[in-house]
Amino acid sequence: MNVVADPHTHREAPVRPAPPAPYGMLAELTHRCPLQCPYCSNPVELDRRNVELDLDTWKRVFSEAARLGVLQVHLSGGEPTARRDLEDMIRHCVEVGIYTNLITAGVGVTPERLQAISDAGIDHVQLSFQGATAETTDKVSNFRGAHERKLAVAREVRRLGLPLTINSVVHRANIHQIPAFIDLALSLDAKRIEIAHSQYYGWALRNRGALMPTREQVFWALDVVEEARARLKGKLTIDAVVPDYYAKYPKPCMNGWGRQSLNVTPSGKVLPCHAAETIPSLDFWNVREHSLSEIWTDSPAFNAFRGTDWMPELCRSCERKEIDWGGCRCQAMAIAGDAAATDPACHKSPLHAHMLALAEADAEGSSEYDYRRYLTPDRPS
Amino acid sequence: MTEILVATGIPKLARGVRLRHDEARGQWVLLAPERVLNPDPVAVEILKKVDGTRSIDAIVDELASAFTVDRERVATDVDAFLAGLVEKGMIEIASPLIGDAAS
Ligand code: SF4
Ligand code: SF4
Repeated sequence: MNVVADPHTHREAPVRPAPPAPYGMLAELTHRCPLQCPYCSNPVELDRRNVELDLDTWKRVFSEAARLGVLQVHLSGGEPTARRDLEDMIRHCVEVGIYTNLITAGVGVTPERLQAISDAGIDHVQLSFQGATAETTDKVSNFRGAHERKLAVAREVRRLGLPLTINSVVHRANIHQIPAFIDLALSLDAKRIEIAHSQYYGWALRNRGALMPTREQVFWALDVVEEARARLKGKLTIDAVVPDYYAKYPKPCMNGWGRQSLNVTPSGKVLPCHAAETIPSLDFWNVREHSLSEIWTDSPAFNAFRGTDWMPELCRSCERKEIDWGGCRCQAMAIAGDAAATDPACHKSPLHAHMLALAEADAEGSSEYDYRRYLTPDRPS
Repeated sequence: MTEILVATGIPKLARGVRLRHDEARGQWVLLAPERVLNPDPVAVEILKKVDGTRSIDAIVDELASAFTVDRERVATDVDAFLAGLVEKGMIEIASPLIGDAAS
């Protein structure tokens, strides 16, 4: 429960002030997906279908999210349309006043299905493209014919009058296609494109040697995006997630841990960010045992890096501490081996040079992908 | 470039744009793809009347009488505000059927 000032009741002062309410929630409905992107943000240990939350639990979670203050829900996965009850979830979100955003890879989504999703009241569709050409999309997603199917879905989305965003994750094999991605978005009548550089956790970390772009590529990409933004102002919104491997300061990851958003996994664990499970010391609570507001306010994982008290001295005494919030905890874990360290992307970090050297070495790495898949005993991690 | 809006045009929120009251924070919000906007109180009064049936003229009339302010001034404010959202693709303006304008 939120602590509100009420002159008629006596209340004990809360031990810790309740954190401001989250705005957004990423609902990973399933880890099932027909594609196999080597940078997939799902964990290496994928949840199987038999551990997925059922419809009633998801509905309760959406209701609790709405009461907590969540305004927008991102229905994602895996491939969210693999859930046959997706439309029921959308209808429920509409009922409780939540704005719904579908994040789909599009493969296997028929026009009839899209019609049903539209009728249920979806507000916005984000469609991923792994490449700007059929050859690249099919190669990166490891699915022949994926590109053609995505084009058909995009046209159908617009025919239904739904706003469309094109999502593209860029890395060494497709970063040169950024201008073509932008043309693709324009030709598909999308009003928005997300150009996100691959983030190195989970699958992408395994594939870093095949994904890491060179410094020249990254700086070229920044210029291209800036030029396109100016040229297409009012026509196409370009949101770019910039890589910080070659940067001076880290990204303000999640705009601060436990500050604005939360993430629910297919099996009901609630995470401060989608990669948080790469931090082994954290204790995540599950919606099967706790309400969402309890988890947001009291769970150890959310409080571990909330605010600035947890920071190392280097960050705590820095004037940027409430600008970048010390950077990314998962990146600190991956590179420094300590989730509470200053993000090594920061030039003040003692590990900054080490991280840069890693990136430069990876950019020369082999281009073989270790495709995302369910790990089985004969193909273990 | 700001568009000139026809006073008889009927504005409505584009698909994917929603106005709602945010109970948790006690404020109105305008929700759009990956955006949460906080319209100021004047903007909220205008947006509440953007329902796909009222014309710009009707909206101006209603606001001018509800807040007893000079109609000219209201018209200027409403026009500027709506034109901004039209430019952002958040509002669409349908033109009324010819001959229907006077009704
Ligand atoms: S990143 Fe690729 S593999 Fe992972 S869920 Fe999205 S489409 Fe599927
Ligand atoms: S020292 Fe910490 S707070 Fe300062 S810029 Fe670096 S990461 Fe950000």
